[in-house]
Amino acid sequence: MSKILKINGLEKTYVSGAKQLTVLQHISFDVIKGQTFAIVGPSGSGKTTLLGLCAGLDTPNSGNVELCGYNLNTLNEDQRAQLRNREVGFIFQNFQLLPTLTALENVSVPLELQGAKHAAKRGMELLDQVGLADRFHHYPSQLSGGEQQRVALARAFSNTPSILFADEPTGNLDEETGEKVIKLLFDLNKASNTTLVIVTHDLDLANRTQQILRLKGGKIIANQPTTV
Amino acid sequence: MAWRDAKASRVRLLLFMASIILGIAAVVSIQLFRDNLKDNIQRQSKSLMGADYLIDINETPNERAQFIIDSLNPVATEVNFVSMIAFPKNGGSKLVRVRGLKGMFPIYGEMKTQPQMAAASYQNNGGALVDATLMLQYNVTPGDSIKVGVITLPIVGALNSLPGSSAIMSSVAPPVVIPYNLVDKTELLQFGSRKEYQYYYKATAETDLDELDKVLDPMLDAENADLDTHTSTSRRLGRRYENMGKFLNLVAFIALLLGCVGIASSVHIYIREKLKHIAVLKCLGASRQQSFFIYLIQIASIGIIGGVIGAIIGIGIQAAFPYLLKGFLPFDITVTITTQPLIMGVVLGFIIAILFALLSLLNTWFVSPLEALRVSDPNGLKKPKLARFIVFVTILLFLFLFSYWLLKNVTYAVGFVTGMLITFAILAGIASLTMKLIKTWFPKSWGYTTRQSLLNLFRPNNQTLVLIVAIGLGTFLISTLYFTKDILLSKTAIGNTAQSANIILLDVQPEQEAAITETIANNDLEVIDNIPLVTMRIHSVKGMLAKEAQEDSTVTIRRWVYNHEFRTTYRDSLISSEELLEGSWTPNVIPGEVIPISISDNVAEDANVTIGDTIVFNVQGVLMETVVGSIRLVDWGQLQPNFSIVFPNGVLENAPQFNVLTTHAPSESSSAQLQRNMVTKFPNVTVIDLRQVYTLVEDILNKVSWIINFMAFFSILTGIIVLIGSVRTSKHQRIKESVLLRTLGAKNKQILKITALEYLLLGTVGSLVGILLALISALLLAFFIFKEPFTPSVIPFLVFLPFISLLVLGIGLSNIQSVLKSSPLEVLRREA
Repeated sequence: MSKILKINGLEKTYVSGAKQLTVLQHISFDVIKGQTFAIVGPSGSGKTTLLGLCAGLDTPNSGNVELCGYNLNTLNEDQRAQLRNREVGFIFQNFQLLPTLTALENVSVPLELQGAKHAAKRGMELLDQVGLADRFHHYPSQLSGGEQQRVALARAFSNTPSILFADEPTGNLDEETGEKVIKLLFDLNKASNTTLVIVTHDLDLANRTQQILRLKGGKIIANQPTTV
Repeated sequence: MAWRDAKASRVRLLLFMASIILGIAAVVSIQLFRDNLKDNIQRQSKSLMGADYLIDINETPNERAQFIIDSLNPVATEVNFVSMIAFPKNGGSKLVRVRGLKGMFPIYGEMKTQPQMAAASYQNNGGALVDATLMLQYNVTPGDSIKVGVITLPIVGALNSLPGSSAIMSSVAPPVVIPYNLVDKTELLQFGSRKEYQYYYKATAETDLDELDKVLDPMLDAENADLDTHTSTSRRLGRRYENMGKFLNLVAFIALLLGCVGIASSVHIYIREKLKHIAVLKCLGASRQQSFFIYLIQIASIGIIGGVIGAIIGIGIQAAFPYLLKGFLPFDITVTITTQPLIMGVVLGFIIAILFALLSLLNTWFVSPLEALRVSDPNGLKKPKLARFIVFVTILLFLFLFSYWLLKNVTYAVGFVTGMLITFAILAGIASLTMKLIKTWFPKSWGYTTRQSLLNLFRPNNQTLVLIVAIGLGTFLISTLYFTKDILLSKTAIGNTAQSANIILLDVQPEQEAAITETIANNDLEVIDNIPLVTMRIHSVKGMLAKEAQEDSTVTIRRWVYNHEFRTTYRDSLISSEELLEGSWTPNVIPGEVIPISISDNVAEDANVTIGDTIVFNVQGVLMETVVGSIRLVDWGQLQPNFSIVFPNGVLENAPQFNVLTTHAPSESSSAQLQRNMVTKFPNVTVIDLRQVYTLVEDILNKVSWIINFMAFFSILTGIIVLIGSVRTSKHQRIKESVLLRTLGAKNKQILKITALEYLLLGTVGSLVGILLALISALLLAFFIFKEPFTPSVIPFLVFLPFISLLVLGIGLSNIQSVLKSSPLEVLRREA
């Protein structure tokens, strides 16, 4: 079984004035290709920081991150961006759609950045899969929270990523809408055989993944398969 | 809360304050300087004239004029004229203004001499007082002698200052004071000589000078004399600096407007970013008033602090003006600093800050707490129509009152406000049109980065309207100032080429012509022009005599036309300083035919004549009927002999006349040599060395240019700071989008390209439209306000356009530096 994400001895410290704040320490774990993986823990435990480091959105103070066979420490910001564009999908708690673009354009952005020719066609297919084909020309401000997250979901899958990072994907949605989004997320994940890393507070959601990593005070307190 | 919130946004608020500071500094400094100039002119007008009032006449007074002059009992009498003098000690010669004085002059002010007692004794001693600088130049001291005409006088003192002599006049023709009774003995006052008699008076405490002017002036006018009071002199002096004053007012107006644009654009974007905070505050229970006042207090405080700092800087700047203008003004300026400008600065800073922020501040009132819970378009906020209308009208009213306060003219003030409104509307229209055009002709097949840049220009959260209006208005004001500066400074372009004459010989009598031509040739010089001069007066205009014209109140012929002694010439062609406006030029006329003359446009206007009208001249006793054949525009600013009336060849050749000869002296020594020869052989001939005049005029204009340039660039600096502020405040608009693109895998190059194209387009469209509008406004200003011709400079197109476009691009790119330099996670968290 090949490992798509290898984390080894990760540490992250923020400096605020004279004070040093260690957010993550001694973090090591692996994620297997095609696996669904949850990172759980209380607020301030370093979940989102860890997700950012795994995806190459930030750099650690020490330790290594190997994503899709690349050691992120050896890549510069542009190279990391290129890797993300090719291999990574993102879903954020607050959707993070580009307000100047329509739903279809938002979905097409990752492919557009690659210079792909049929970005719009692929975007339309994905919007259709998330049930928003008829809303393709709407701007984010014209969509509800659930709809915005579905657009974000379509965008995350548009570049057929090897790994998808989701940061509290249902955090801003009601239970019913959240459930729909999660179902969609898992369905799309299954269909595309994508590795899924979810950061969440929701233990029910975490239990639907194959592996759960528990964080507390910036340290791993457990890393075990789900019992289901 | 206002303070706490402001602390977090201090960089943006400091830029906002900079707009206020610079605007207020310009207004305060200019206003203070104008007030000081006016006060000083009024205070010193008696000393400048040397009397309460004077009567002046350019000819020997006739019996009636002499009766009026004597009946008012003059305290002092003067005759002055320009002439060449020589210093026998070293053979030096110079053009001077000889002032023959008798009686107690000056009545006010002081004649400062070295030795001091020379001022009181020269009349009794029969000595001359010579301009101190001239004495230094020619290395002469009291005790040496001076040759004035045919007589030689001892120099009894150096003249340091004398009422009636300005620095400018003294530099061209420095004063030499001699006793009045020696003037005749110089034999310099011959036929055709220009001279001026002045009679100085002291008024009693009860004398109403304006009333005296009203009663006496028409009587004196009839005898070709004129009455000048010190009050009218101060008014005239004030008018002399009118165009410069108008320009400085324009600078003040523009600087403040730039400040206002800065406030409006930065507050607009600042408040838009704060709407979410306000929604949260409202969720937490803040009332509409509370959230409104948090930002109102911030803006008002910045306005007040900016006003105080601006006023202090303004006071500092105006204190430097008198030093810069030394030599340009005929008197010293005493700077008085009062608390008034400080108060004015604070009040103005407070008013403009509130007024121009109010349209944006009103939005805080209508923010729904719901905004805290959902993502929505800030442009979709409910707009309070009535309140916005009231604010808009108040802004217009303020602009009108402010321009009226500066210009003291309702029409100009209305014109300025309307002009600004039209400019604003055009810029907003161009911004909308740009968006519409890009939307309609959107290049779908272009690369992603280009398309993303173009999408940013018209999609939600676009800054096209705000930035095009801000950049456009800023560039418009900067360029208007630059074009206007050019209008005022175009007069400094004086020709001094090798082909043009730089020595003028005046008052050459017919019998001297051949000998003088020979003298010029002996000096290895060439006569360039030999211009005949015939003096004459107008006898009747369109058959109406002077007396009839004066009695008929419906006649609109200006009185001076009948009283003036015209110095006319005859030739067969136009010269470089002339342009034919109407009619046709007649080069020659056969004796006995109708005589078509050419007159300058100002004479045509004042004599109320047009092509075909008859004018009868009195040519030294002989009446000569002519018709107006053509009307010319004469550029009196060109340093060469110009004429208001020109006859064709074949009419005046036999009339009594004298000549003006011109030549070109290649060096200072050849000019000095010629002047020495002329003053010895032909003492009545006046030699003017235009090179000295060129240097002097250039020196004066350089000083004026310096002030104009300084103030213009001060305002341009304000404009640039405003532009930086406006574009800088748009930073947060694009930063989040850039970091999201970054997260999704965009490379540095792609993000830079998207941002660069957007800002480059905004900068180019805004500045180009601004410059084009400025071109129109400068044309209107030149025509209506400055009444000067306008030749547009290419500098705004060649320098401002690329500079401002690149400036906007540079600021735009610097805005996203944090995205490029920091990790996406860091920026996402910060922006959240």
